[in-house]
Amino acid sequence: MTRRVVITGVGAITPLGTGADTLHERWKAGECGIESGVGACSEFEPADVLTKKELRRTDRFAQLAIAACEEALATAGWKSGSDDGELPIDPERIGCVIGTGIGGISTIETQHDVLNESGPGRVSPLGIPLMMGNAGAANLALRHGFKGPAFSTVSACAAGADAIGTALRLIRAGDADAVVSGGAEAGITPLAYACFGAMGALSESGISRPFDARRDGFVMGEGAGVLVLEAAEIAEARGATVLAELLGYGASADAYHLTAPEPGGGGAARAIKRALEDAGVSPSDLHYVNAHGTSTPLNDRSETDALKAALGEDVAKSLPVSSTKSAIGHLLGAAGAVEAVATVLALRERVAPPTLGYEVPDEGLDLDYVPDGPRPLTGANGRAIALSNSFGFGGHNAVLCIAA
Amino acid sequence: MPAATQETVETTIVDAIAKLGPEPEDVTRDATFESLDIDSLDLVEVAQIVEEEFGVVLKGEDMEKLKTVGDAIDLVVARAS
Repeated sequence: MTRRVVITGVGAITPLGTGADTLHERWKAGECGIESGVGACSEFEPADVLTKKELRRTDRFAQLAIAACEEALATAGWKSGSDDGELPIDPERIGCVIGTGIGGISTIETQHDVLNESGPGRVSPLGIPLMMGNAGAANLALRHGFKGPAFSTVSACAAGADAIGTALRLIRAGDADAVVSGGAEAGITPLAYACFGAMGALSESGISRPFDARRDGFVMGEGAGVLVLEAAEIAEARGATVLAELLGYGASADAYHLTAPEPGGGGAARAIKRALEDAGVSPSDLHYVNAHGTSTPLNDRSETDALKAALGEDVAKSLPVSSTKSAIGHLLGAAGAVEAVATVLALRERVAPPTLGYEVPDEGLDLDYVPDGPRPLTGANGRAIALSNSFGFGGHNAVLCIAA
Repeated sequence: MPAATQETVETTIVDAIAKLGPEPEDVTRDATFESLDIDSLDLVEVAQIVEEEFGVVLKGEDMEKLKTVGDAIDLVVARAS
């Protein structure tokens, strides 16, 4: 029998502020965290959470992961600090999987400046542990004493969802009883920004309006989302409050183009179908889709096509489909994790938050993108079920199926 | 470059260590690096500051022998003279 996996804790640091509830409430109310064309976590104060030593030993992306993890552990009723009591589960049975798109890129940029200006003898001995893409998982394991499998997923903008899906697999396989998983990104740096700009991916208008005919690229954001996943029987035994159940995960590769999604969304559709099969859920059982919805011309079209192909045209058109990126921009490797957190809270409240800024329909993009404010989820008598889509440069597709 | 006296070296090293995490008042000559939670990565940073300030190069094998803040000060002063 397949082990059931539940979500007992959520945490998020996003351009809408600190906290998962802040993200949910502000997005639902139609507030947008994007300012001057970027989604920065301007309210985030790393020193509020990290010690002086940790501050020096972490890149911003790992600092965001640490802060989101504090909230997730607090929600789950786990300890809130490294010296703050025992973990409720054998530490050797707790894993940690934290995805990222590019890791500590601000450290790479600063240390490269030091190298050029002062020579190799002056670069920081902390350069590597700050920039390494696995620093999120490493720092959480170190801070909290998680001694099970710990590593990172790197699949561009699908990394956060792949981390959560991998966590599901680790628990099902019996490699861990609980996994702290999610994604973190802090890529609003001169080099990363210039490179995304050079490839024509960024919005020139600085507006994130997924699925709208006027969409012209994504708006870069930063942040982190962390979820506590536990085997259902372990959570039950310790009397934990269950927020949601992670029913399934599906992943695929387009194998089509380095950055462009497969026209028609074939690869994404296979990941959606696989997630539904894994969850044991039919398309008609769904109540909501948290879209990848990047606001790029290509993604929003191929994602629409993928949903129709995977769910059937009638079901796809009947579902509310909204994009968190309309409120916070694109958090790259953190996006899938933050959006999974947003999906959990949307399901729990039985509400689909809106796709902000959507006004002008585009030909062929004819799903219900929830344009006019939050919408109650209907038909969810027992539990409400949603998909959360994440697709990344490289042709990576990762889809989570969540119920609450 | 200032002369590497007990006083100048002590000021430089204590200031450098205090920036790495410990409370400044805990950084005394007798304090051990272990008690201050200063590890080998931190000591490389201290060595970089010492080299920049006094031109004294400390290698990995030099650092491994250091147990206290006083050990580090004495080594730098001895090397500089």
